[in-house]
Amino acid sequence: MSLNTAMVEKYRNNFLQEVAGNVEEGDWVKMCMQCGVCAGSCPLGNAWEHTPQKLFMMIRANKRDEVLTSDSMWMCTSCYNCIVRCPRELPITHIMHGLATYAKKLGLAPQSNPTQWFSETFWNNMMKKGRVNELKLGLSLYFKDGFVSGIKESIAHQKLGMNMMKAKRMAPMEIMGGHGVKDLSGLQKMIKKAQDIEAERLEANSK
Amino acid sequence: MAKHEYSYYPGCSSQSGASSSNLMRSVNSMCEELDVKLNEIPDWNCCSASIGYGSGSVLPRVSLSARNIALSEEANPGQDIVATCAACWLSTKEASERLHEDEGMFKDVNTALAEANLKLNNNTPVRHMAEVLIEDIGFDALAEGVKKPLEGVKIAGYVGCQTNRPFGIAGESFENPKYLDKLVSSLGGDAIESYEKKVQCCGGALAFSEPEKSQEMIHGIIEAAYDNGADMIVTPCPLCQANVEIYQDEINARYNSKFEMPVVYYSQLISVAYGRNSKDAALDGQLIKAKKLEEIAG
Ligand code: SF4
Ligand code: SF4
Ligand code: SF4
Ligand code: SF4
Repeated sequence: MSLNTAMVEKYRNNFLQEVAGNVEEGDWVKMCMQCGVCAGSCPLGNAWEHTPQKLFMMIRANKRDEVLTSDSMWMCTSCYNCIVRCPRELPITHIMHGLATYAKKLGLAPQSNPTQWFSETFWNNMMKKGRVNELKLGLSLYFKDGFVSGIKESIAHQKLGMNMMKAKRMAPMEIMGGHGVKDLSGLQKMIKKAQDIEAERLEANSK
Repeated sequence: MAKHEYSYYPGCSSQSGASSSNLMRSVNSMCEELDVKLNEIPDWNCCSASIGYGSGSVLPRVSLSARNIALSEEANPGQDIVATCAACWLSTKEASERLHEDEGMFKDVNTALAEANLKLNNNTPVRHMAEVLIEDIGFDALAEGVKKPLEGVKIAGYVGCQTNRPFGIAGESFENPKYLDKLVSSLGGDAIESYEKKVQCCGGALAFSEPEKSQEMIHGIIEAAYDNGADMIVTPCPLCQANVEIYQDEINARYNSKFEMPVVYYSQLISVAYGRNSKDAALDGQLIKAKKLEEIAG
């Protein structure tokens, strides 16, 4: 049984509880008083089909699929406007990240969303050497080698109609090089352990 | 011995290969002038910024920052960690705070760290270079050392998001922080206090994945600087700097504008005002030359 099916069976009609138990800072959702302050705070506001306020309402209303397959939380720029404004002090940024990560773990994240893809590419690239390939500030620089091949690979595999994939957008990324940490194996073992701890908990929660 | 000494988390923006990085070079010059010694955390790793979350969930991400703090505690005991990158500062400070609040997570993180033979005590303050300038040195002391005031240079202080939220600088508001303006004034420049886009988000990492949407915001950030008569924008954030500077050609093509607005770091302003030359202030690293600063630097 897939993790997703197991979670559906376990929590049946209580998505709020599922979120509280499995999503980063998810237990805060119940504290939302639907004031709407966060809804007006996202810089990419009009790209959000469901504002954070609306997502919290939908969680209470058991709209599980709609929430987890939404691309809205992938529009979060991590600007932290919402966090400093929310009268109930919900860690909204983290809940958005948490919903996105949870959806991805369950295989429900929208495959065609460019930020979803970028986030994964960034992480995988960083894990190879322990540092994001050099960011040369102030030059028309950006991320580097391993990164570029990662990008090409995912274009080949996903054939997404992403505008950012056009040569022009990728050009700034071509001048990157690579540095890394010395104790790469220690770093990778550490991350593996952290991932295992989380995976075990998720697995246990699904039973 | 230097007057101030810190454990330094440079972040990916200043790895050794990035010798042309204008932030790092100007920070070095600035620190020489201010008698600040930065001791790099040995073997530091990337913090995964605010974009790694999709694949790196909570515990792995917090572990990344915990490793840096643990390495710092081991190599530079008793020294505050100082970051120059907003995202580095935020990830590291956030991790440290969460690990203070959540005992379970603290245990888990130490279990993970043990795999790398490390142990976290988590008693190290995590600070931004802006805090060092404002709190440890102070505007008055900064003003005293000025050799070449930035006279007649109109500067829009672009604070951005993550240097400002959620932690910000003590005593400053989230919606209208004034420390960049105060800094510009201390250096003898003309601060544009009414720059209304000072905390507008530039899109951050989404400038890569959602370029059209982000460039719309960047367009507004630059346009407002022109409307306020700015000669240049100053920012404390490496990603803000890159986002606002390097897409101006693309933005001009898209919006039929003629932007050519220099975007510099506070460390470049300080280096120039303290009498350093263009090279030391890393002005040669600008895509869009900051001519007025070059003139003063000579
Ligand atoms: S600002 Fe806070 S309380 Fe208001 S709707 Fe958003 S999350 Fe809920
Ligand atoms: S941090 Fe994310 S959720 Fe919060 S206001 Fe910014 S974009 Fe919206
Ligand atoms: S936040 Fe930026 S500079 Fe800091 S480690 Fe991550 S990618 Fe590097
Ligand atoms: S202004 Fe831009 S780069 Fe700076 S913190 Fe906000 S999103 Fe990140």
